[in-house]
Amino acid sequence: MQGDIIAVGPETLVREAAQAKVDGYRLVTLSCVELDAETVDILYHFDKDLTLKHLRLTVPKGTPVPSISAVHWAAFLAENEIQDLFGLHFTGLAVDYEGTLYLEDEVRRTPFCRYSIRQSDKNTPAPDARQEMGEN
Amino acid sequence: MFKTVIPFGPQHPVLPEPIHLKLTVEDERITEAIPSLGFVHRGLERLADLRDFHQMIQVVERVCGICSMIHAVCYCQGIEELMAVEVPPRAKFLRVIWSELHRIHSHLLWLGLFADSFGFESLFMQFWRIREKIMDINEATTGNRVIISVNVVGGVRRDLSHAQIKWVLSELQMIEQDIKRLENTMLSDYTIKKRTVGKGLLTAPQASELGAVGPTLRGSGVAQDIRQTGYAAYGELDFEPVVETDGDCYARCKVRFRETLASIDLILQAIANLPAGETRQKVKGRPEGETVTRVEQPRGELLYYIKANGNKNLERLRIRTPTFANIPALLTMLPGMWLSDVPVIVLSIDPCISCTER
Repeated sequence: MQGDIIAVGPETLVREAAQAKVDGYRLVTLSCVELDAETVDILYHFDKDLTLKHLRLTVPKGTPVPSISAVHWAAFLAENEIQDLFGLHFTGLAVDYEGTLYLEDEVRRTPFCRYSIRQSDKNTPAPDARQEMGEN
Repeated sequence: MFKTVIPFGPQHPVLPEPIHLKLTVEDERITEAIPSLGFVHRGLERLADLRDFHQMIQVVERVCGICSMIHAVCYCQGIEELMAVEVPPRAKFLRVIWSELHRIHSHLLWLGLFADSFGFESLFMQFWRIREKIMDINEATTGNRVIISVNVVGGVRRDLSHAQIKWVLSELQMIEQDIKRLENTMLSDYTIKKRTVGKGLLTAPQASELGAVGPTLRGSGVAQDIRQTGYAAYGELDFEPVVETDGDCYARCKVRFRETLASIDLILQAIANLPAGETRQKVKGRPEGETVTRVEQPRGELLYYIKANGNKNLERLRIRTPTFANIPALLTMLPGMWLSDVPVIVLSIDPCISCTER
């Protein structure tokens, strides 16, 4: 993958994102990848003069993730998207749609997760999303 | 002064696609804008679980009709990197030619719509009349007007014959003359300037900080264009990004207008340097690993994150489209503007909701 990848934890994420801003990087976007039933990767892509740099945060699904929108305001849209599609919870979001950027209030599934559902429904798991979409 | 909240969209005469803005106004001045998305969200990224990596080309082409070619180039480029496939030089040049044709027809479509947004309907008609010639070139060279579907992993599935190249060159000459004929009206007309100069201001530091891309970024004086990275055959062509410094709707309009002419120049260069040889490399195996790949769409930087684990289906496909990146910049342009300027300012970022609601 083009560019350096720096592993960060929830406690160092905002500091690293702020440092990227000080160094002149702009936030390109965030990518969320489900690794298994328990964990996800969030990649924060930054660009400076057409060179990419990435922060990689690996977190358990139930763990709240600190928002970087206080430092990179434009992150709020991508973070809200991840909240909707992967059921993660970001703390300190500049604009928090509370899981309704794409989804309706009553939706309980996380459409982009293969294994998991929203925190509030942990005791009543939804059907596996893959099966629902017709895959064997 | 009382604050009033006015819903703008999701259905609005100047926006053919649904986006909603919650506008807070004092008198008729905007003080805050909050967007609502998701009216037509399709979850296309998730289809990577169900379609194999070759079939996904047809899916990504349908993220957006207007720039379908460039979506496919970005996706194929990523897969080719993961599979270490060397694309034949001729295919790289052909990708540039069809990508720039898409950029021209996208910008002409926008220039027409922009003129229509402030009531200049004859100018709208003139730009769309020129655009038809580009669509004719697409149809004659690929068989389709919009979703031309020429990309495959390893190259392109179509080639240009000598007769086609000769015809394309003569058409481009006419198209260039037609566009230049409209320059004075589009960029000097009193009414157009009155509706666009000083509206929707975005400074260069704001544009960079908010992650703006494409003509929205370059209209604020930042000379960044992903084509500078030299992907496909851009590295072998003489290319300078088109930049304006005023950061208003007029500057963004000027960038797009001048980019149509820059794209014609790029096509002429690509045709002049078109190498002979194969257009497609045979591909065996399956992709494995992760990559980030970027290209320049008409609306700005397009990013694909691809993760594959050696299976026929990708593990993750993430698409960050330019309009999604330009929404924070739009929300910064609106406060302080009159309500009547909102349609023009919203259109000035060339919003593609089809891309945003991928």
